[in-house]
Amino acid sequence: MTTSSEWAVEAHGLVKVFGDNRAVDGVDLSVRAGTVYGVLGPNGAGKTTTISMLATLLKPDAGTATIFGHDVAREQQVVRQLIGVTAQFASVDERLSATENLVIFSRLLGLSRAEAKRKSAELLEEFGLTDAAKRPIAKFSGGMRRRLDLAASLIAQPPLIFLDEPTTGLDPRTRAQMWDTIRRLVATGSTVLLTTQYLDEADQLADRIAVIDTGRVVAEGTADELKASVGESSLQLRLADPSDMEDARRAIGAVLGVDAVVSPEGSRITAPMRNPDAVTDLFVTFREAGIHLTEMSVQKPTLDEVFLTLTGHGVEDEKSDAADAAESERVDA
Amino acid sequence: MSALTVITPPSERKLKNHVSLTQSLANSFTMAYRGLLKIKRTPEQLMDVTLQPIIFTLMFTYIFGGAIAGNIVDYLPTIIPGILVQTVLTTSVVTGVQLREDMDKGVFDRFKSLPIARIAPLAGALLADTVRYTIATTLTFVMGFIMGYRPGGGFGFVVLAGLLVIACSWAISWIFAFFGVIARTASSVQGISFLVLFPLTFLSNAFVDPKTMPAPLEWFANINPVSHLVNAVRDLANNGTFGADGWLALLGAAVIVAVFAPLTVRAYMRKA
Repeated sequence: MTTSSEWAVEAHGLVKVFGDNRAVDGVDLSVRAGTVYGVLGPNGAGKTTTISMLATLLKPDAGTATIFGHDVAREQQVVRQLIGVTAQFASVDERLSATENLVIFSRLLGLSRAEAKRKSAELLEEFGLTDAAKRPIAKFSGGMRRRLDLAASLIAQPPLIFLDEPTTGLDPRTRAQMWDTIRRLVATGSTVLLTTQYLDEADQLADRIAVIDTGRVVAEGTADELKASVGESSLQLRLADPSDMEDARRAIGAVLGVDAVVSPEGSRITAPMRNPDAVTDLFVTFREAGIHLTEMSVQKPTLDEVFLTLTGHGVEDEKSDAADAAESERVDA
Repeated sequence: MSALTVITPPSERKLKNHVSLTQSLANSFTMAYRGLLKIKRTPEQLMDVTLQPIIFTLMFTYIFGGAIAGNIVDYLPTIIPGILVQTVLTTSVVTGVQLREDMDKGVFDRFKSLPIARIAPLAGALLADTVRYTIATTLTFVMGFIMGYRPGGGFGFVVLAGLLVIACSWAISWIFAFFGVIARTASSVQGISFLVLFPLTFLSNAFVDPKTMPAPLEWFANINPVSHLVNAVRDLANNGTFGADGWLALLGAAVIVAVFAPLTVRAYMRKA
């Protein structure tokens, strides 16, 4: 086995600049063939731009990327024969029917008229769209569109599939169906690179996850590795008297051995909770110090916490660090 | 799981980094098929090519006929070729407008990610639009015939004249396709295109003899490629001859395609 077949995607230092916005700012990615790779990040983090460069839709301003060993800049047509792209916004023809869409894409991919018809019917059947085959897409629901879009990406049975936020805007049931489809896809030997805003989606599907923020990869690893760095859950506390904040932070540092993060409005405090046992000690400490709570809750990690923890600085640190204005903007958002 | 079968690993696939001419043609025809399907789905977009030839032919002939040629029937051999060229050229603007609208849709992202000829989405759209020119051409001649136009060249040469107009309009539609690709909105494409088209069609011999114009306008009307095309159509339809004007019109069409097709494809790929 050569390296070209071992790695579905290898990207080094990808950069894309729009005006004075460095949308992607030196992204490295390595995706092993036959795995699901999740790119996790908030809106505007550079996920779609990264995928667009890997899928030859955008030219990188700097850096290199190869798909199964083929350079995305020099061997565009080869790369296009190896990938299927399902974009964030349905890339099918609204005015045509599902069958017509699939037949046209099949014909463009070199299938004969009869093959194109057979393939389209198969895919519609596979994605439960047979009943809607003749209806114009404009009348499709969001979930049906996504399924058709994915079906269109699978015509040539590409070994690598890009899914840009495949479940954003879908209801929970449709979302679960989409997850199921993605899993079956991987079972056929496909490599899947998907972007998502949802931690649980990456957790459910991806073998490895890259967390991307303001155009940079801020963390990379398996879901377990990332979670370990975030803490399984976090403890959220609201103080009766905000002036106790510093004391509370210090107490958390001493008892739980972690850095607590103060919410932007300054009344809520969040701490990673690695050892639930120690929380009892924390409450005892609070009582002894006369720190009163109005509210307490335990939360599973959210994307916010992942970012707060992974980028390595809380909101308060950044307030004192005026140079990092852009970063604090991200945290508030 | 019928449609999801085990995939072929990349190392066992036949991959090539160039698109053959045969594939480019096949891709373009598939895209033209897509254009035709869209016309079939939204027949209302054929309103302009059906109504405009009828209304313009009636209006111009009855308004100017008496003043310019003394009577309507004598004006027909002059005006019908003129109106034909003007109408069909106007129709070609729509190519650019629709291309812009189309490119804003997600489906173009998919076309870009497919291993197909880069020119296919453009060539296909332009190819499908020849249907529109054919409708406009046919209707103009039919309207003329109803009003009493009896072209001296006979049916065969009228068909040739129609084909010449369709071919030249297809060539000119590359200009509007270029605007379509570089412009940001569909309405701006329409704006720029008509700004180009109006002087070109009216500052010609399409409606009146250029000798009646002020000297600078007459000079422009005589070198205007539209005038050559109109003359060529008149020669073919009225006399059954094909002369220097015809060759000039074809040469002009070829030059336009040679310049604007590569420009348009390059602009399209840069946006890609």
